[in-house]
Amino acid sequence: MTTLEVPVLSEFGLGDLICIPDPSGALWIPSEQLLVVADLHFEKGSAFARRGSFLPPYDSRETLARLARLTTRLKPKTILALGDTWHDGGGNDRMDRDDAEAFAQLRHGVDWIFITGNHDPEPPRDLGATVADAFTLKGVTFRHEPDVLARLPEIAGHLHPAAKVKGRGRAVRRKCFIANEARCILPAFGSYAGGLNVLDEAFRPLFQRGNFTTHVLGADRAYAVGPALLLPD
Amino acid sequence: MSRLPKLPSVTLPQPFTDWFASRGWQPRAHQLELLDKASQGRSALLVAPTGAGKTLAGFLPSLVDLASLSPNALKKRGLHTLYISPLKALAVDIARNLETPVSEMGLPFTIETRTGDTPAHKRARQAERPPHILLTTPEQLALLLAHRKAGELFGGLKTIILDELHALVTSKRGDLLSLDLARLHRLAPDCVAIGLSATVREPEALQRYLVPQEAGETRLADLVTVAGEAKAKIGILKSANRLPLAGHTALASMPEIYNAIAAHHMTLVFVNTRMQAEFVFQELWKLNEASLPIALHHGSLDVGQRRKVEAAMVSGTLKAIVCTATLDLGIDWGDVDLVINVGAPKGASRLMQRIGRSNHRLDEPSEALLVPANRFEAMECQAALGAVEAAAQDTPDPRIGALDVLAQHVLGMACADGFIADELFREVCSATPYADLTREDFNAVLDFAATGGYSLRAYEHFAKIKRGKDGVWRIATPRAAQQYRMNIGTIVEATMLKVRLGRMTKAGTPARGGRVLGEVEDYFAEGLVLGDTFIFAGEVLRFEGLVGSEVMVARASHSVDPKIPAYAGGKFPLSTFLAERVRLMLADPKSWKSLPSEVSEWLAWQRDKSVLPLADELLVETFPSGDRHYLVLYPFEGRLAHQTLGVLLTKRLERARLKPLGFVCNDYGVSIWAMGDIGAALREGELRLDTLLSEDMLGDDLEEWLNDSSIMKRAFRHCAVISGLIERRHPGQEKTGKQVTISTDLVYEVLRRHEPDHILLKAARMDAALGLLDLKRLGDMLTRIRGHVVLKPLDRISPLAVAVLLEIGRESVYGEAAESVLAEAEHALLAQALEPSGS
Repeated sequence: MTTLEVPVLSEFGLGDLICIPDPSGALWIPSEQLLVVADLHFEKGSAFARRGSFLPPYDSRETLARLARLTTRLKPKTILALGDTWHDGGGNDRMDRDDAEAFAQLRHGVDWIFITGNHDPEPPRDLGATVADAFTLKGVTFRHEPDVLARLPEIAGHLHPAAKVKGRGRAVRRKCFIANEARCILPAFGSYAGGLNVLDEAFRPLFQRGNFTTHVLGADRAYAVGPALLLPD
Repeated sequence: MSRLPKLPSVTLPQPFTDWFASRGWQPRAHQLELLDKASQGRSALLVAPTGAGKTLAGFLPSLVDLASLSPNALKKRGLHTLYISPLKALAVDIARNLETPVSEMGLPFTIETRTGDTPAHKRARQAERPPHILLTTPEQLALLLAHRKAGELFGGLKTIILDELHALVTSKRGDLLSLDLARLHRLAPDCVAIGLSATVREPEALQRYLVPQEAGETRLADLVTVAGEAKAKIGILKSANRLPLAGHTALASMPEIYNAIAAHHMTLVFVNTRMQAEFVFQELWKLNEASLPIALHHGSLDVGQRRKVEAAMVSGTLKAIVCTATLDLGIDWGDVDLVINVGAPKGASRLMQRIGRSNHRLDEPSEALLVPANRFEAMECQAALGAVEAAAQDTPDPRIGALDVLAQHVLGMACADGFIADELFREVCSATPYADLTREDFNAVLDFAATGGYSLRAYEHFAKIKRGKDGVWRIATPRAAQQYRMNIGTIVEATMLKVRLGRMTKAGTPARGGRVLGEVEDYFAEGLVLGDTFIFAGEVLRFEGLVGSEVMVARASHSVDPKIPAYAGGKFPLSTFLAERVRLMLADPKSWKSLPSEVSEWLAWQRDKSVLPLADELLVETFPSGDRHYLVLYPFEGRLAHQTLGVLLTKRLERARLKPLGFVCNDYGVSIWAMGDIGAALREGELRLDTLLSEDMLGDDLEEWLNDSSIMKRAFRHCAVISGLIERRHPGQEKTGKQVTISTDLVYEVLRRHEPDHILLKAARMDAALGLLDLKRLGDMLTRIRGHVVLKPLDRISPLAVAVLLEIGRESVYGEAAESVLAEAEHALLAQALEPSGS
């Protein structure tokens, strides 16, 4: 297999921020040592279990373990969770003691910002994190739901973007970032959070006339893929 | 064989003898024998070819018994006989056929059907006031048994009739039915089970299935066989055109097929896939200058349209029907006098079943024509012919009961009257597929059904079933019971989209009102681009757009070249039994004279250029071609086993640094190509065939590959649905937008990392090994060929290899394939970015 060295494609600018899409699905902003993650959906498994679908109760654990690996590697000063950090209101109370402990470890020595989301309009206030509906840094706004009418540039989550990439004889479907010069939407980081194809109608008002690049999550890096090679589901 | 073996002592009561006489009939020996068995309270399996009056034989004991009751007793009698069929259409059809003798004899019995189509109020009434005879499906039976009053409903049951048993027991539906049967035997201990089956080689498996098993001993139902059937007249179609080396269309034989149809009264043309059905139908109509009424019938067509075709067939207005397995099972479709099987039959039993569709009278020979589509298939057809002549049949191995089905059953039994774990375990083990179930697995399934069965954290608060102080497990909430009822069944289909005729308006909105032509799998519809044409329902259609969950299409002109739907369904692998016969034929040049000359020439050419293996040998060829090196094996073990073999060998060649690029397989062989010189590696001893083909490939290599494969993910998805882990999606419910669904792929990944021994992963592994990978067959083959591998290094492709390599559907398996797709896509973006702008 040939390795293509194209460093220029694995980062992008948004306002005054240089952003690096990490293959884990997090966005890394080195100048601020800021790590952005979207849609962790903690305790989605137990939320389903309440309705009779006994999903394996290991999703929070898995999400936390991936976050821990990421912080070890990048050593962020701040972690910003872009909303839907919990799958539902009772999520934090349902979290297993071991998992809650692992989460506390992750907050130790790191500033956390919880952006509110539609699944967690009132994130827990007792975890020592800043809670806000939106957050602005160097002119770039971080919010949960991308907003067609709001001032750009913005970084958001909520839509769980995924891309289906056309190859010779087969297609590969992965979670992805979708971005242009004014807007970036992060993939969902949660273990049970799926992906919505970026060619779905929901993305259309946000990225008009195919004006976007996806950064598709690979094993070791994110790959920049243009709309021409994308397929609908 | 004498036509009438000794007549059993039993005689028919008056109205029956009169009725038989009025028709000029005589009760057949097997009908009386079955009556005799039932009157002694003995369960029995009736093995008979189609047309032997199997159904009447099955019902006769019930009719005779019911007829002996006084009108008053009859009025008070609850459910007497339960009839289970794999197809709801068959249940409806049998009910209709049963009405005739019952009304002609003036017997006042109530006969009703119960299927998914039965209105809710009628189903509720049936549970309260059941008919004497109820005809239904395994799913409906499961629902009835999960009813709180199941004990009352079934307590007086006298007879259970299981139709087409040979077809039912090979699937998870058979597992579900076996569990229900175990429950029926407990609710009504004196009840007699009658199994009706087409001819099978090993009826013992079915005889076991019918009666409750006990640890340490095998119990069998009695066996009744039908003697004296007329032999079928089967031929292989000789085409004026030469058979191609590969391909499945049988295009060369269309004129002969058409002529055969014209020369007969009514013909059924069987094909193996829906794609072939569409193709053959199109081609026949191209030749159809006489405008013979030729119709099309397959599972994707709209129900209304299928019923229309069936009705036309019964009324005798059709000349031929091109059809798939949907017509395999025993519905009585009228006066067929010729059956044509296009493509290889894949199994002797399937062929017999199909041939049985013609001449539904026992004493007249059925007439059938086999149409091979390529040279391997010519051998396979000849082998099948020999098998039919020897009345030899292939039977699939008996199933090991699926654990996800058991989980579903456990919930059902908790919905019924509740259960004591020890008792339910004994009952479950009395069902043949579950006879060897361990208590450990049973407990794990019970845990799973109750609270998820996770070792580190149980969902105690949300338990679906709970054990009371009396030790009885009961359903915990009405919601859990409702969920069980919605989830019943073992068939997990690909999501289907309706195909509707209708154009889009200029504004891009659909102008509705067109007819629904049928359904296609969603992944097929997803692959369509506006303006694409494809053949469906016998017409060339143009894709107009996707509206909600419907595919809008317009009729296209016939002159355009259509893009034919590539359906996944309906491909059967070659049966072990037929494969053995093909290998024998290959090794014995004397047997070739019955083959078309181009086939025997092709085999002779192979003998000259390479080698023909003996029946117990495995031939392995190596040769270079272009800048690639090929390795071709001919195990004759069927497509599934070959696919698994292809994957595992590729892994090993990768490790030997021979840079394999891909492989292709069919029912007869598998071919792998590589950058590295495989021939040289073997010659110089760097690569050894016996290690390459050693059985340990089914150990770690398999495990490593399987865990990441889409096959496991698919198996897991099915298990997750059947076991009730996730809710089944119902038609109309999957509207786009915010649906409460979760990707089972994500669940699978998390579960296998955190609890690799979970019972649901075990269930998925069993499924993958059994159905999707054919591991047992592959393992048996590797054992069989040890010490019998014949290596033939060649400097060019061999005649047999050509036929394997021409197979469509190659699989690329080069390392890190997915990553390279992404890298190439990125490269394309870069190239575009570097292009001068202004285009």
